Amino acid sequence: MALLTLLLLGANNVAHSAWQLNMPEGVTQISASVYELHMIIFWICVVIGCVVFGVMFWSIFHHRKSKGAKPASFHESTTVELIWTIVPVLILIGMAVPATATLRQMYDTTASDVDIQVTGYQWKWRYRYLNENIDFFSTLTTPTEQIHNQADKSEHYLLEVDNPLVLPVGKKIRFLTTSNDVIHSWWVPDFAVKKDAIPGFINEAWTRIDTPGTYRGQCAELCGKDHGFMPIVVVALADTDYQTWVTEQQQAALSKQAAAERTWTLAELMQQGEQVYNTACAACHQANGMGIPGAFPALKGSLIATQDQAAHLDIVLFGKSGTAMAAYGTQFDAVDLASVITYERNAWGNDTGDIVTPQEIKQRLQAGQ
Amino acid sequence: MSHSSAQASAHSEHEHGQPAKGLTRWLYTTNHKDIGTLYLWFSFAMFLTGGCMALVIRSELFQPGLQLVQPEFFNQMTTLHGLIMVFGAVMPAFVGLANWMIPLMVGAPDMALPRMNNLSFWILPFAFAMLLSTLLMEGGGPNFGWTFYAPLSTTYAPPSVTFFIFSVHMMGISSIMGAINVVATTLNMRAPGMTMMKMPLFVWTWLITAFLLIAVMPVLAGVITMMLMDIHFGTSFFNAGGGGDPVLFQHLFWFFGHPEVYIMILPAFGIISHIVPTFSRKRLFGYASMVYATASIAFLSFIVWAHHMFTVGLPLAGELFFMYSTMLIAVPTGVKVFNWISTMFRGSLSFETPMLFAIGFIVLFTIGGFSGLMLAIAPADFQYHDTYFVVAHFHYVLVPGAIFSIIAGAYYWLPKWTGHMVDERLGRWHFWLSIIGVNLTFFPMHFLGLAGMPRRIPDYALQFADFNMIASIGGFLFGFSQLLFLYIVIKCIRSTDQAPDKPWEGAEGLEWQVPSPAPYHTFSTPPKVD
Ligand code: HEC
Ligand SMILES: [Cu+2]
Repeated sequence: MALLTLLLLGANNVAHSAWQLNMPEGVTQISASVYELHMIIFWICVVIGCVVFGVMFWSIFHHRKSKGAKPASFHESTTVELIWTIVPVLILIGMAVPATATLRQMYDTTASDVDIQVTGYQWKWRYRYLNENIDFFSTLTTPTEQIHNQADKSEHYLLEVDNPLVLPVGKKIRFLTTSNDVIHSWWVPDFAVKKDAIPGFINEAWTRIDTPGTYRGQCAELCGKDHGFMPIVVVALADTDYQTWVTEQQQAALSKQAAAERTWTLAELMQQGEQVYNTACAACHQANGMGIPGAFPALKGSLIATQDQAAHLDIVLFGKSGTAMAAYGTQFDAVDLASVITYERNAWGNDTGDIVTPQEIKQRLQAGQ
Repeated sequence: MSHSSAQASAHSEHEHGQPAKGLTRWLYTTNHKDIGTLYLWFSFAMFLTGGCMALVIRSELFQPGLQLVQPEFFNQMTTLHGLIMVFGAVMPAFVGLANWMIPLMVGAPDMALPRMNNLSFWILPFAFAMLLSTLLMEGGGPNFGWTFYAPLSTTYAPPSVTFFIFSVHMMGISSIMGAINVVATTLNMRAPGMTMMKMPLFVWTWLITAFLLIAVMPVLAGVITMMLMDIHFGTSFFNAGGGGDPVLFQHLFWFFGHPEVYIMILPAFGIISHIVPTFSRKRLFGYASMVYATASIAFLSFIVWAHHMFTVGLPLAGELFFMYSTMLIAVPTGVKVFNWISTMFRGSLSFETPMLFAIGFIVLFTIGGFSGLMLAIAPADFQYHDTYFVVAHFHYVLVPGAIFSIIAGAYYWLPKWTGHMVDERLGRWHFWLSIIGVNLTFFPMHFLGLAGMPRRIPDYALQFADFNMIASIGGFLFGFSQLLFLYIVIKCIRSTDQAPDKPWEGAEGLEWQVPSPAPYHTFSTPPKVD
């Protein structure tokens, strides 16, 4: 029965699929030249392949012992050997010229209009608009029921996020990629941009998008358990729409700051905290708080989460160096931090009744580690 | 020379004239044929083990969604599959073939350092037992890919990483000892009259491979020792937080890793250069250029490593240098393919099983070479890198490349090893099933990669579903066909179909001058080569 449903699910998926064979041409001038290079080298290979395999199969059919073929005795020829050394060299030089030109263009990151710092985290992306003061995380939104085959898969299964990266078309956008933990790689095929995000390094890449639309990519470097679950979604808007979006974001940030000043009830914090926990912590500590033995500790019933509140604040705000537990004090605002800690202290039967307020978080952050 | 062979024959009277009985024969053996056999069976066992892991991977990827395994375990499977196939299946198989065939081909009574030979084999079962045992440890086995990039493999690794480091150290020691043995044997123990430029190509390619091994295995040992220091002794070689450099890890790893891929293919070139002339009944075209091409590939393999790292943010000049040097490798590799085809051209061809696998090798390895050439183009590599296109590429050069050559070599030399002919009809079945399986598995991966599917993911977006399903079906077909190979080999060992000393009409070389099966001791007095 289970098998049958699996097969049915499989059949259902076939309907969605596209049988795409080739690299996308993409929506930037660079991606078009990369596509062109790809096609040139592909056809060179096809032509060489036809010649080489042609001769080979011709021999296979005509020079068979069973057809009475007698072996010739030639076994070297300096001229022929020189020819098939020199001709490939010439072809390769011909190929290297356009490849070099494209590469030089890809490396020219000067004179950008928008600068975006892209930071890889296990397992989400953070986008910081350096000149606009916008800063947010972008996390997978595909529900776990879909991943575990308990619900139908949506159209953009595994390629959908809560907060897409929003960019203007026609502007030169510079990406500064880096990482907070392990190496990730930021890749959007339609832009032909793939750049590793490496802790301690800042790499540069750039793009200029020609057409508005939604473009999807994925993390390309193995980065641990949920490497397959940290997609990239870019929404490219016309410049005026982009400006509106920027203003909206800046206003939203202001009202969030105000929220940190008011008093929060336990119920409010729990509600907000569950949300934060499920997007930021559940990947390791699991939604039921049980963790993964040997890798990520359980929070349900743990000493820190049920007793030592100061230690709880410390580990969440400042992380623990040398482990996968990151410092979240720089990733979230005070409300999110207060609510997720409150949530951990009261969920799964931890029931301490403790409330951690945004003000306490701010004080602890100001005091420093 | 005459001194040592007189000594050898005096010994053989009482000490090791005939193989000892029972298990101790295999434990204490210093006989190159016994050790070759041990290596070959060991590598086959590892091939099946790594193959089972590949089938776990292909089952999970049969359709979108998580069905069989969780992502943690999936990552352990991809990691161990790669490590086991590279260090446990392909490399030991070539060392096994070298042990069996190099003394026979150069007319030597044994390998130069027989006791070390025993040790270099017997380290391996312990190394792999330790590696596999990590799967049962808390936190699971290594899950950071066979390329184990830091800091995923250091700061963020499961506790079992220490055992992984220890076992890779043992594999490295074993390889270095095997390589020293090959060098010592080929340089010192060739029959009188066999000059370097008369050496069979399998011996040539292995000699060059052995130098590569001796050059790069210590680099691997160095890099895993640095990991060990980072994990346990507070250093920060690869930890940016402590002033270290994660990219340094990749430079060191690929300085080992790129020559490593040629370590896995040069001996294959050697085997194919024996089989193609035999079944074309015509001398190998361009022997000298084959030797020079092998040497140039070996040299170039040291200066192309960063083509695995085009996206780490190399400076433009570095990017260009590694792009050009990588493109250059196509030239000597092309020379080899052209030479094999010229050997077949106007020959008198027949298609016994070894030849079928050799032809399969030439065609499919060349396809893998083409995708390699595409990957060399740095701007295009930004799109291919870390996708299934790369997975397709290296499986084309390793499975119908390295592994087909090993299978071809086994079919070619089995009559010499066992004294019996192989069942040709079953051999042909094995070939056709394998070639269909291999292409069904790996050809669709080119499309998946170009369409944007990253490698090493346990689940994927819906547009990748169809080709993944095909690849999984092909994977099972290929995997189960290898059980047929096992059956064929066992059948050959037990057969009564006596093989002549030279079972293949067109074969040439010293190995065909000794009886079939090759007696326990051969060439106690060196043959004369003119
Ligand atoms: C990438 C995996 C990962 C994520 C995501 C993660 N943690 Fe952790 N966490 C760890 C690890 C590993 C430890 C254990 C560190 C150690 O060795 O002491 C830990 C420890 C903790 C502890 C201490 C547990 C104890 O009893 O010792 C708390 C509390 C905690 N994490 C809270 C959080 C919160 C809150 C979040 C989300 C904002 C979060 N973690 C996200 C990996 C993670
Ligand atoms: Cu990632």
